[in-house]
Amino acid sequence: MKGRTVLVPEQGTAGSSKPLLVEGEGRRRVRRIRELVIEGGLLVAALVSVATTTMILAVLVVESLGFFDTVSLYDFLTDTLWTPLFDDPHYGILPLLAGTIVTSMVGLLVAIPIGTVSAMYLSEFASPRVREIIKPVLELLGAVPTVVYGYFALLVVTPALQWIWPDLPGFNMLGPGIVIGIMILPLVISLSEDAMRAVPMMLREGSYAMGATHLETAWRVVVPAATSGIVAAYVLGISRAVGETMVVAIAAGQNPNLTWNPMEPAATITAYIVQVALGDLPHGSIGYRSIFAAGLVLAMMTFTFNILGHVMRKRFREVY
Amino acid sequence: MARSLDSSHVGSAEKGEWPKPLKAEACELSFYYGSRLVLKRVSVPIAQGNITALIGPSGCGKSTFLRCFNRMHDLYPGTRYEGAILLYPEGRNILDRQVDPIEVRMRLAMVFQKPNPFPKSVYENVAYGLRVRGVRDRRVLDEKVEQALRSAALWEEVKDRLSALGTSLSGGQQQRLCIARALATDPELLLLDEPTSALDPIATGNIEELLQDLKRRVTILIVTHNMQQAARISDWTAFMYLGELVEFGPTKRLFTTPTNKQTEDYITGRFG
Amino acid sequence: MIKRRKYAEALFKVLGLSSLALAVGTLALLFGALVVHGIGRLDWQFLTSFPSRHASQAGILPAVVGSTLVMLVTACAGIPVGVAAGIYLEEYAKRTWFTELIEVTVTNLAGVPSIIFGLLALGLFVYMLGLGASILTAGLTLALLILPVVIVTTREAIRAVPVHIREAAFALGATRWQTVADHVLPYSAAGILTGIILALSRAIGETAPIVTVGALTFVAFLPPAPITSQPPYLSFEWLMSPFTVMPIQMFAWVSRPGEDFAANAAAAGLLLVGMTLTMNGLAIYVRYRMRKRVFW
Repeated sequence: MKGRTVLVPEQGTAGSSKPLLVEGEGRRRVRRIRELVIEGGLLVAALVSVATTTMILAVLVVESLGFFDTVSLYDFLTDTLWTPLFDDPHYGILPLLAGTIVTSMVGLLVAIPIGTVSAMYLSEFASPRVREIIKPVLELLGAVPTVVYGYFALLVVTPALQWIWPDLPGFNMLGPGIVIGIMILPLVISLSEDAMRAVPMMLREGSYAMGATHLETAWRVVVPAATSGIVAAYVLGISRAVGETMVVAIAAGQNPNLTWNPMEPAATITAYIVQVALGDLPHGSIGYRSIFAAGLVLAMMTFTFNILGHVMRKRFREVY
Repeated sequence: MARSLDSSHVGSAEKGEWPKPLKAEACELSFYYGSRLVLKRVSVPIAQGNITALIGPSGCGKSTFLRCFNRMHDLYPGTRYEGAILLYPEGRNILDRQVDPIEVRMRLAMVFQKPNPFPKSVYENVAYGLRVRGVRDRRVLDEKVEQALRSAALWEEVKDRLSALGTSLSGGQQQRLCIARALATDPELLLLDEPTSALDPIATGNIEELLQDLKRRVTILIVTHNMQQAARISDWTAFMYLGELVEFGPTKRLFTTPTNKQTEDYITGRFG
Repeated sequence: MIKRRKYAEALFKVLGLSSLALAVGTLALLFGALVVHGIGRLDWQFLTSFPSRHASQAGILPAVVGSTLVMLVTACAGIPVGVAAGIYLEEYAKRTWFTELIEVTVTNLAGVPSIIFGLLALGLFVYMLGLGASILTAGLTLALLILPVVIVTTREAIRAVPVHIREAAFALGATRWQTVADHVLPYSAAGILTGIILALSRAIGETAPIVTVGALTFVAFLPPAPITSQPPYLSFEWLMSPFTVMPIQMFAWVSRPGEDFAANAAAAGLLLVGMTLTMNGLAIYVRYRMRKRVFW
């Protein structure tokens, strides 16, 4: 290609290798080294998140392996008692799992209807001014420390529930479950509202043109079109509920109890970890290791929900 | 009047139409976005101390071509150059991998389509190129800033508010600020990418006048979608179409007796 | 028929508004409960006393000092790393599988329950690195916890700086770092600041991971002062000191039976909520101001 030299004037020495003389060799070298060092430093910072993820997995797996040296996986998954600190220890994760599932389900039963209706209202009906006020308030609701929610569950919500059901024990899963629902509400609302607002205006206009009302359009067009995004919001809400710690540690009681009745007290995975951590367990003991085994189960649950949620959100975004 | 040319001659100029001396020269320059060939072996000489205009319908690759000169495409992944851009007097190929794009950009300056002053003071806008080059001496900075603003015919308008935000100026003033910013570092070649397309006719007139004054000091390569503008201000014109150079020649000749049918169709408004 | 449809619509609007009112009302109720129970305890004595077996003499001083020092460590470690990572991902990283990997881990970390960070800290900082149940451990744990928030908000803020500003700087011969340091960062500072405030407000209320690393629930002393009277006048002994923080103190009080301690818990909660709401309000305000003041 460079053979066609017709256009290249004689003095044009395209192969010349001398650098452009703009600045001194020293200055150029300093500049290049400085840029490289800075880029390297930034890269290291970015790698901290990779390292953290790796270390989380490593710590959980290594300590759990120690745990499973003593406890068989079969017992862990099938035993119906969780009493690692007793003289007659049992290591069945089921009671903790049941507690986790019950409190999360109660939370979802609160968050899904309220969250979906609120999101529909914000996305389809609310005036910009109402949104402008509501959204920061929801943000604040999501910013309240969880320990404060724990206080709220134990000393406000449960007493209120006892007023309705006088037999309800002071520690129960219903109160904290409801509070968890309120806690994940901002997340559920904001993610499902995002999903609904992303539905193209065209679809709505099509529906209006057919004579549908606002509500009919929202319910029959917007919600179905945004389903995957809304479900993603629920899934990410579940993940948050499952990992919630302080509310259940404070208000649900700390006794592992294999029950599906939300009116009873029970410990969740997270509450158990807190309970053990508060005590003084020697490093390397089976009790110490049991919290990592419990943590591994929790991490696997939230990882699964998170991945599921993000895949659904991504798919939703690709459609529109 | 229309002479059809053998296609192998497309892109070459007639004898005696080759400018001299040259400030720079694109030689068989091809450019790829990923696997898409956007510029096809374009060769254009840039005459020293002259204004060379690049014209052609939008999407013909003229801006892409201009941005090759200061290696702007290096900022984005998946771009590739072939061929050469020689920068004189030394005749070095500035597209060479060995050449640091930053050094290229230190000798060339660019003004963009949309005025893009930094949200900093007028003074800092103009001084930024100097600061990047390590100038710290306040007196030198003051002097260069004033000089550049005078060259860009903006000094009288902003001398009392050098600390005002550059973004607070009017559109035409902003573009002249960008020209001042480009001139402050005494570039050898000034690249202008449709600098007046976002401006009203009065501001456009001011800038065109300014460019006429400037060309004695700095070689100018300007992309314009406006043929009248090219005819008014440039000494040389290159007409590009679909990523290829169709015709290059002295502006007067190209606009009066184009040698190529496509050029003629374009300048007479039959397409584009 | 039409009337009935209109009726349904009006009904839904009421339903939607009451759902939102329920959310907002909960916040009000929560705040109200804290005020009613706790305001009586929230006095100077409470702020300047150590914990005590007698609820009425107990105070939150070591927890306030502990929270402050832990936040200091968190801010010093978490903010630079998070902002730097955000800059790297937005301005430097090429689209490769490796960058993908970093982004996936950031998204993932954002969804990891905070107590898992506590387990990580227990295994890594407390035992493997031997830092013990110290202020340093707690600060670093919370730094890792807020990292995703800082990274994500930094990236969003940086992305809002238009490409043509970057091109203008590059065209003048600026290097990538000069472009970032002289232009991108200054113009996105307000957005990054919002993210930092939100992240710290989250960290200050975190309880679970701090429990896990072994914060004390009854601390009757203050960490060694960072400033000493002898040269070199600065001491970092406090980094390794045992400690408690405000949410832990509140947790300890909530867990104790009796009205009196519940009142202490409410007072601590009031303080905590006041702080986080103030920080969040500040962040919302900064964001609001920023939206009004767009340069380009």
